[in-house]
Amino acid sequence: MSEVILDVQGLKTYFYTSKGIVKAVDNVSFKVGRGEVLGIAGESGSGKSTLGFSLIRLVPPPGRIVDGRVIFMGEDILKMPEEEFRTKVRWKGISMVFQGAMNALNPVYTVGAQIAEVLMLHKGLSKKEALEEAANLLKMVGLDPRRVRSYPHELSGGMKQRVVIAMALALRPSLVIADEPTTALDVVVQAQIMNLLKRLQRELKMSIILITHDMSLIAEIADKVAIMYAGKIVEIGSSDRVFNNPLHPYTRALINSIPSLRKELKKLEFIPGVPPDLIQPPPGCRFHPRCKYAFEPCNKEEPPMVEVEPGHYVSCWLYAKR
Amino acid sequence: MGQPGFMNIDSNTILFARDLKVWFPVRRGLTDILAKRPPLYVRAVDGISFDVKQGDVFALVGESGCGKTTTGKSVLMLYEITGGQVGYKPSQELMETYSKLGFKPEVITEFGHINLAKIPRKYQRPLRKEIQMIWQDPYGSLNPRLTIFEILEEPLIIHKYGFTRSDRYDMIYRALELVKLTPPEDFMNRYPHMLSGGQRQRVVIARALILNPRFIVADEPVSMLDVSIRAEIIELLMELKQKLNLTYLFITHDIAIARYIANKIAIMYLGKIVEMGETEKVIKNPLHPYTRALISAVPEPDPSNRLKMREVPIKGEVPSAIHIPPGCRFHPRCVALDEHSELRGLCDKSEPPMVEVEPGHYVSCWLYAKR
Repeated sequence: MSEVILDVQGLKTYFYTSKGIVKAVDNVSFKVGRGEVLGIAGESGSGKSTLGFSLIRLVPPPGRIVDGRVIFMGEDILKMPEEEFRTKVRWKGISMVFQGAMNALNPVYTVGAQIAEVLMLHKGLSKKEALEEAANLLKMVGLDPRRVRSYPHELSGGMKQRVVIAMALALRPSLVIADEPTTALDVVVQAQIMNLLKRLQRELKMSIILITHDMSLIAEIADKVAIMYAGKIVEIGSSDRVFNNPLHPYTRALINSIPSLRKELKKLEFIPGVPPDLIQPPPGCRFHPRCKYAFEPCNKEEPPMVEVEPGHYVSCWLYAKR
Repeated sequence: MGQPGFMNIDSNTILFARDLKVWFPVRRGLTDILAKRPPLYVRAVDGISFDVKQGDVFALVGESGCGKTTTGKSVLMLYEITGGQVGYKPSQELMETYSKLGFKPEVITEFGHINLAKIPRKYQRPLRKEIQMIWQDPYGSLNPRLTIFEILEEPLIIHKYGFTRSDRYDMIYRALELVKLTPPEDFMNRYPHMLSGGQRQRVVIARALILNPRFIVADEPVSMLDVSIRAEIIELLMELKQKLNLTYLFITHDIAIARYIANKIAIMYLGKIVEMGETEKVIKNPLHPYTRALISAVPEPDPSNRLKMREVPIKGEVPSAIHIPPGCRFHPRCVALDEHSELRGLCDKSEPPMVEVEPGHYVSCWLYAKR
């Protein structure tokens, strides 16, 4: 792998609710190289969005990062004082395209003004300079630069999503976290946004963490895939290996549950049962109550992460030695 | 389009639409009225024709705003129909009910199809037993203050199905068993918030089935669910269709899901059906430039895709349904028109007719129609 820009080690983010501690992200480790695209897939409630929020230190209360290290460009960003993190890392180093952000644009400001705000605050540009730069950013994401004067309601969903991406790129971060950047968009617009992300990633040589429930979207762009289940990464490896040789029963079911448009029709697989309660996750492997291969150690002991082939890791007793 | 010629309606046709139009008036300001500006309409459904046979799963596929949901709701008589007909083959029982009530519905075919567009509101209720809907959002379509038992009991009370509570209990028990919420007694007294998304959608399905309908409009029944649960619900829907001899009008934006469930598919764009036919024919051999764009935009779980850009042959954005482009409404976005300069002056002027290109495969595009 190229130079590692993000190294997450043993990250734990818990929510302290009145009902108990929700272990949304529970001991997660992975690395992202410069210019690499990592896809994080999982069902709703698997902790994938919380993981994204943790990386830019915006976990909403009652959530808290309780343990682990997040080393970005050689520095542990969890140890930084908030002010230093805000001025040095958030948005300048790591930015995020939030889920549904296109609907969170301020309706009473032009999109240009909203992009310019970031530039004025962080780079100290004058309003005029910032609006010029905003126009450039809109051009970069494939919009007419004159759109700086448009209000959000004058734009279509796809155009608003492009604005939100332009905002995330305003300070040319090395790493962009894109949380479900195409949900609520139509499939044609989705393909256009994915093409845009691909083009920008190449042109700007940035790294992307794409968070989505849709394995097909991950295949569209990611070099590496991490599969999350109930707050843990259960499998991680290169896209080629994970898609062509999925190891964890959960990953396999996830891939085989996607209806195919072009390949032969085959019976869709589904995962029986429901995702576990993260306040009291099942003992042992968290997937064992829904796993058709579960055997004797699965409900007792948590499986270790093992490297089955170079760079392809899985946490499952089918592959681990005891 | 108004071309019933291409439709084949027979005694097996359970439902058909003929030149169906649903327009919504745009609110006008005082100045518009004083200036005598003509009223404007959102032409959500703008003249579509299709037919659904008994036992079919007929999928309406299109992007948001194409009119697929409006079509589904007008079939359910939830919108006033602006023009055209919706023909429905009623059951014997329904006709008996109507004759008891002294109501004679308008019969529009030799096979006894009645026109749903002309059923007065007060005579719609008996019809609703036969045509039911499965809604998209299992989080929004169940009353949070009612238990599952109460939710399922409501239609039974309204339609006077089962006279005692114990009759109704038996029906609810069976309906929950049917959708595999077992053991049923465990679910009856729960509230919707105590169920997962997949379980709630099963309740929505049970509610649609509890009156023994013949025809179901399913509006995006799996789009709010996790991918891993979708397959399970699709399978359940197919199983119920077999078991209960149902016919579905299946509305979805996901053409891959339509492929798994539907034997016939219609692609909608801006209020019109642009292509229609047997599912595999349309997907394997898409003819309309819009269908081609739609299909090429669908991602597949193949990691080699990351190495290339996805080519989606389409330009621009969907225009507003108030100001629909003249001629073929797709022409401003059509890349085929750029390649076929001989079609200029045609596509942007007159609407293409629906033609049968191969048996059971229809398309509305000047590339295929005789000029």
